[in-house]
Order: sequence, then structure tokens, then C-alpha cells
Amino acid sequence: MTAIAETPAETPVANLGRVRGRVVRKLLHNPMGLVGGALLLIVILAGVLAPWLAPYSPTEVHFSTPFQQPGTVGFALGTDDLGRDVLSRVLYGARASFEVGVLSVLLAVVVGVPLGLLSGYWHWLDTLVSRLADLMLAFPFLILAVGLAAINGGGLGNAAIALGIANIPTMIRVVRAETLRLKDTDFVLAAHTMDAGAWRILGQHILPNALSAIIVQATVIMPAAVLGEAVLSFLGLGIQPPKPSLGIMLSDAQQYLFRTPWPAVFPGIVIALICLGFNLFGDALRDALDPKTGK
Amino acid sequence: MLRYLFHRLWQSAVTLVLASIVVFVGVRALPGDPALAMAGENADPATIKAIRAQLGLDQSLPVQYLRFAGHALTGDFGKSTATGMPVNQMIGATLPVTIQLALYAMAIAVLAGMTAGVVAAVFRGRWPEWAANGFSLLALSVPTFWVGILAILYLSVQLGWFPASGYVALSENPLRWMYYLTLPALILGISHAAVIQRQTRASMVGTLTADFVRTARAKGLGSGAVILRYGLRNSLIVVTTVIGLQLGGLIAGGVVTERIFSLPGMGKLTLDSVFTRDYPVIQAVVLVVTAAYIVINLLIDLLYTAIDPRIRVSGRAQ
Repeated sequence: MTAIAETPAETPVANLGRVRGRVVRKLLHNPMGLVGGALLLIVILAGVLAPWLAPYSPTEVHFSTPFQQPGTVGFALGTDDLGRDVLSRVLYGARASFEVGVLSVLLAVVVGVPLGLLSGYWHWLDTLVSRLADLMLAFPFLILAVGLAAINGGGLGNAAIALGIANIPTMIRVVRAETLRLKDTDFVLAAHTMDAGAWRILGQHILPNALSAIIVQATVIMPAAVLGEAVLSFLGLGIQPPKPSLGIMLSDAQQYLFRTPWPAVFPGIVIALICLGFNLFGDALRDALDPKTGK
Repeated sequence: MLRYLFHRLWQSAVTLVLASIVVFVGVRALPGDPALAMAGENADPATIKAIRAQLGLDQSLPVQYLRFAGHALTGDFGKSTATGMPVNQMIGATLPVTIQLALYAMAIAVLAGMTAGVVAAVFRGRWPEWAANGFSLLALSVPTFWVGILAILYLSVQLGWFPASGYVALSENPLRWMYYLTLPALILGISHAAVIQRQTRASMVGTLTADFVRTARAKGLGSGAVILRYGLRNSLIVVTTVIGLQLGGLIAGGVVTERIFSLPGMGKLTLDSVFTRDYPVIQAVVLVVTAAYIVINLLIDLLYTAIDPRIRVSGRAQ
């Protein structure tokens, strides 16, 4: 859960528009990135549009038709032990995964980016913040989630907070490294000579240039958070039933695996597609943002 | 070197103390009064007071912390409120299972990951590289516990190659131990193998195109020797780092793997203690895991200096 993305090299602010054009062009020329982007588009749309796409409510039980095979009329992906429609539950589960993913990325960005900027800029703060980040890295995220669940008793918020906090230290490190590098560039020195204050330099010169590193790190956090949510919910520490979650579906399905494996197959495929999409797209984005690669 | 050693030891000790304070304060911040819970609902105030005194809850927080830390240092974590057993006995019974699983999984991950990484770097641009890279991308995207469930379904239930659950102690019967632990370790190791494969490949590609390797080749050194002596030795540093970074994931993954295969390890103990709100056990588990994490990272940092003499000279302490 603590992967750190490689930092793309700098993109001067002055020709941001041209850079954007080059990034988009490079992305469009990367077949793996396109596959990843298309995958993401499909699963994100499916999750967002779940209330309109799902044929049933994800919690609606049909006691007369449990364990239907995929392809049954009315239940495209079959039903589970309570006769709930697997397709509807998968759609809503993907939606919940994205909610947790987005919330934890936001938490990591909101806390990690300012701390990274400040600790990279002011040396005296650096020792304190870096120690803090080390300490946070010493707590495995699952232990953190266990502690939070002991206090709050699980839930979507618990999962998002635990996963967000777990990803703050790596975000701090990425932004700090960028700030350290940008602090000595000519355009920041020029801003200094023009009497720009620290906040102005950080906000107008360093942050926009660190943005690509932040975005790349966010594409690393998202799939980790989606996987993390599934793990936490699978263990009973995340989203609580009857709310559908891909992790809960897998945990339920394991109970009657020997009767029918299908309810365990589909949630896993969806998690894999989401993560594959983010991994492929994130890799392509990192290459595209790096001026040293390609044309 | 000695200075660096002391610095790292001191740093680890501070982290450990801070972690224990976080754990201590965190458990005290939980709702509910343990004395009240022990005495029962209709206890008279005198009984509750006596229990509070017995548990040391009538003293100030710093005094309580020192008592807690002192006991923890001697391995005394009190008694479980759920089972009444001493917590250190419960940990003593489950910790070996978790450590064995983690080590077995890491061994598989290092072996498979480094082999695949070397293959991908040596056969650059040819099909072995694509196969190795594709495998690692897939392994990183597919949730481990899902693979575990499917593996039970196909490898255990349908083919009968492995048992679906259970555990036999290593001291009891090493062969049976292996029979029960191989599938869980394999499942736990897959995603870590993928990360190691990626890092090994990246580092090997960098080394094999470096000037000193070209010199070695020009001298007439065989390609096997170049790969092993130069490529692999240099990528060892990266792999060691990755192992350190993956410990957290290994612990988290271990909890899930233990749950899927019903292994009697620390993961099971942790989950049980959360669901029964067994605070002494939660406190001890968190502390033990954190301490293990810190100690292993310290060992890995010291291992660096053994693998790469350059680190010793430049002094990583700064």
C-alpha cells in the first residue's frame, strides 16, 4: 500500500498549454494507456450510473430464486444465496469502491500536499514532518484500520479514513521531493529576486509544477484504495452489510463457494478490471508527463 | 559505521516509544470503562473503586503509561477480557504461524520475482520479457484474496492438490506443515513477487547498460558471469529495499490469507479481538506488529551496508 510513483521531470509553467497538448498526444499514442483509459471509463461510468443501470435494488431479496446461474433470464450474472441480483450488487459495489477510493485520495492530497510543500521549503519543518511520516509508515494500514474499527465500528468512512491516512506519508514524500528539486530552479530564484513571498512562490510556482507528480501519485493511490476497501470489507472492518461492497460479496460468496462459484467470480473480476485500468493508465500518464520519453 | 548504527538504533527506539504512546492513548480514548465492565452493571461503588485501584486506573495517565510500558517490556500484556487467558500466551501461540507464513511467502516472492526480473532484463524486447511483465501487471491488479478463494475452489476442491484449510505445526511434522502452508504462502507471495520482478528488471536493465558492464564484457567475461556478478549483485539493494517497504503489505495480506485458509495466526487473533472488543489483546497485537515492523526495517537498513559498501562510506545517517 505504500508504493511511490517515480517522479516525472519538470514541466515549466510558462508553456503549460503546449505541454498539455504534448501530454494528450503522447497518451493517445500509447496503446496500453488507451486500453487502461477505456477500461476506467467503462467501470467509472458503470459505477456512477449504477442507480439507472442496475435492474434491481442491490439489497432486494428473491427467496424463490437463489443460486441462479449466470445467463438466467432476468438475472444476467445470476443470483446469490438470498436471490439477490449479482449484476446489481456488482454495479453498486463498484460505486462504493470508487467512493472510498476518491475519499481516500482526497484525504491524502489535502493533508499530504501542504505538508510536503512546507517540509520541502522550510528545512526546520522538514525534520519534524519527515519523522512523522516515518512513524506513520511504521503503522501498517490494516492495523490502523483495526484501531479505527475498534473505535468507530467499521463503515465506509472508516475504510476511507484508514486508507487515506495510510497514503499520506507517501504523498508527503513525493511532494517534498518535488519541492526540494523545484526550490533551486531558475524561475523560483527569479521569483525570489522579484520579492515574491514564500506563500506566493509555493502556490504559484512550485505547486503547479509539482502537479504532475501529485496526479501520478493519485493514480497509484486509487487502485490501492480500491483493493484496500475490498480487503477491509472482506474482513468486516469496512463497509457493513447490507450495503453492497465487492469485498462483502466475496466474503459472503466464500461461504457457499462449493455450491456455486459465480457470486465469487464476478466481484473479483470487477476489482481486477478497476485496478488494471488504473495501473495501465497511470503508467501511461507517467510516461506522457515525462518529457524525456518519446517524441 | 558505529555512529550510524547508534543513530539508527536511537531512531528506532524513539519511533517505538512514540508508537507505544499512540497505542496507549488510543486504547484509553475508547468508549467504556474497563473497571465497570469487569465489575458488572449492578456493582457497588466500593467494588468498582477496588477494581480501579487493582488495575491502576486511579493513577495519573503518565504513571499508568509507565506501568503499561514497563509491563510490556517484560512481555506482560495483562489478560484477555474475552477468554481470560494471559495475552502473551495468546500471542505466543499465534505469532509463530504468522511469521512462518510471512517468511515462506517472502521466500517464494523473492525467488519467483528475482528470477522473472532477471529473465525480463536479459531477454529485453523479446517474448520472455513480455510474459514476465504481463504476469506482474496481472498479479498487481488482481486481488490476492480473490485468487486465494479461486485457488481453494480449483486446486483444493476440484483437483485435490492442496488442503482447503488447516494447519500443522512445523515441529510436529515438517512435511505436513509444508503441505498445509504452501498454497497460502504461494497466494500471499504472488503480488509481492510482481513488485520484486518490476524492481529487479528496472535495476538490472540500468546496470547491464552501464559502462563498467561494457568494460567487463569487452574483457571477455561470459554473459552468465556478468549477469550474476554485476547485474544481480547491484539489484540486490533494490530488492532489499522493496522487501522492507512490502512488510506492511505482507502483514495486511497475511491477515486476509489467514482468514481465507482458516490459519490460527495473529491475523485471526487480531480480527477476533476487534469483533469482541478485547482491548488488552488489540493493544498488544498493535504493539507487537509495530515493533516487528520497526525492528525488521532496522535490520534491513543495516543489511544495506553489508551489501553495498558505498552506503557505509557516504553515511546514510544524514
